[in-house]
Amino acid sequence: MSGTEPQASDPRLYGLGLELSEEGIGTSFEEVPAPRTQGARRRREWVQLLRDALRYRRTQVGLGLAGFIVFIAALGPLLAPHSPYIFIGAPFDAPSAIARLGTDNLGRDVLSRVLYGGRSVLTLALLATAIGMILGVSFGLFAGYARDTIDDAIMRLLDVLLAFPQIVFVLLLVSVLGPRLWLIVLCVGLTHAPRIARVTRGAALEVKERDFVKAAESLGVSRLKILSGEILPMITSPLLVEFGLRLTYSIGLIAALSFLGFGLQPPSADWGLMINENRIGLVIQPYSVFVPVVLIAVLTIGVNLATDGLARAMIGIERDTGA
Amino acid sequence: MGLAKLVLRRLALGVLTLFLVSLVVFGATQALTGDTARAILGKEATPERLTTLREQLGLNRSKTTQYLSWLKGVTVGDLGTSLAQGTSVTSALSFRLRNSAVLVLVAALISVPLSILIGAWSAYRRDRPFDVSHSIVSLTLASLPEFVIGILLIILLSTQVFHIFPAISRIPSGSSAWNQPDRLVLPVLALVLSVQPYISRILRASMIDVLESDYIQMARLKGLKEWTVVAWHALPNGLAPAVQATAISLAWLAGGVVVIEYLFAFPGIGSLYVDAIANRDLPVVQAITMIIAALYIGLNLVADIITILISPRLRTSLR
Repeated sequence: MSGTEPQASDPRLYGLGLELSEEGIGTSFEEVPAPRTQGARRRREWVQLLRDALRYRRTQVGLGLAGFIVFIAALGPLLAPHSPYIFIGAPFDAPSAIARLGTDNLGRDVLSRVLYGGRSVLTLALLATAIGMILGVSFGLFAGYARDTIDDAIMRLLDVLLAFPQIVFVLLLVSVLGPRLWLIVLCVGLTHAPRIARVTRGAALEVKERDFVKAAESLGVSRLKILSGEILPMITSPLLVEFGLRLTYSIGLIAALSFLGFGLQPPSADWGLMINENRIGLVIQPYSVFVPVVLIAVLTIGVNLATDGLARAMIGIERDTGA
Repeated sequence: MGLAKLVLRRLALGVLTLFLVSLVVFGATQALTGDTARAILGKEATPERLTTLREQLGLNRSKTTQYLSWLKGVTVGDLGTSLAQGTSVTSALSFRLRNSAVLVLVAALISVPLSILIGAWSAYRRDRPFDVSHSIVSLTLASLPEFVIGILLIILLSTQVFHIFPAISRIPSGSSAWNQPDRLVLPVLALVLSVQPYISRILRASMIDVLESDYIQMARLKGLKEWTVVAWHALPNGLAPAVQATAISLAWLAGGVVVIEYLFAFPGIGSLYVDAIANRDLPVVQAITMIIAALYIGLNLVADIITILISPRLRTSLR
């Protein structure tokens, strides 16, 4: 079956978990693509996976792009010529010797705000993804290993979250509790959880029947120990791919929330917020919008390319044509 | 008959999910905060205004009564009164709902056939230049958040490079988006570019499976024309996964319109949703969330049923 190429870069489809099964929407866990098993698996298989993935050009390019943005976000504040908050000229000034990329809607230095503005989106996206992974993996492992009724109950409850587009669910809570950063991180993580849980459960179901799990069970090893010590280490590869996918999504969601005005609040320097603040001056001073847009784009493309490389390495596609 | 029973079961499941969704929506908006009136009006609200709002929203009743009366309203289309506009939510929604429907439908009508063509052609010319460039382009587009695609389109086609389409899609209140086709172009294009990669990639994968199957080999060996083999023997079988992908993409469009409509100031339910959230206009927020969730659930339901109907394996397993 050579047609089973990874769809990992189609996060909306891959992780949404709305695939078809006998049971219909919301219950189709069996369709979640499980990793192909290639002979005996070793415990440290994710190290091997990373090594395999790095052989793909798309992984190298992706990591390069994402690394470049992380570099800007992390070291940018040290390199910034001005404070991101002080006014150094008239609003929407064209680029000059003082302001290399011109000024923004209030006359602040665009370059400095760009250099400061990457941290928030990266940190928040990483946190949200981490929360989603912790919740999703816990629920997924537990559901995959629990008896049928508990399994069903957990997954059905998580399915309710799947009935909302992610951004709509986050905005629903923001409407009452206000644009708080912790709320946004928590909500984005929460909306990832059912999608991650499906993938985890699918992978765990496959491992559950293996001899070494049966052996551990017969030795009377506790359920928690089996889950964390026997099953979890065996499913790190699909989880790593899932992490990349969710990270791409978190970045997009967090940036979009800032863009809508519900993420970071003025006067913070944040790429999403910058796009929103400066788009009225797009015709006069495009850099204040264009540069943050491109940086967000490069970041998401980079993470997604690297994830695609991981997914390909996981499935073990030999061919490497194209990017 | 197995099929009717299955469809009914799916429907029941859909209704159950929708009911749970209504609990979440109500719980998140009206029960999560101890004092909803204060949450809406803020800390500086005067006691009089708080009292008025509590009465207006019926907050003095028990949470259960509030929920039941809200749910009853939702089922008969009475969605309450907008706090920001003072009119009924139903009337505030009506023309915007139409505009959003036009936006989503036009985007779907363009992206679905286009994705099928591109996906099928990529599969057919696998690893050739077209397929390779499709793989790169779709992977890139799939990575981009929709508002990024939208802004890049504005820069390219409206403000900087070319000056063809308006950057803002304001449409006079009450008039239909149909009458202003030039204002539809950019938002539709942004949605098409966000959704198209998913469907075409899924279709490519399923077509590759089909094209390598024995019966296609058989059709070729019979000496059928290549066109007949691909269009009549392969494509219909490769479409099943695409139906599912299409439904999910359409459902996703329902969420995607929120950001895209805001970006283009397009008067639909998405931009109204953003406004309502900024103004804490809870009745409007609740109504639009329910509409979007219902659409999401409904589309997936329809996709499941269509997939069963068109895939022989699933259809026969019912007997």
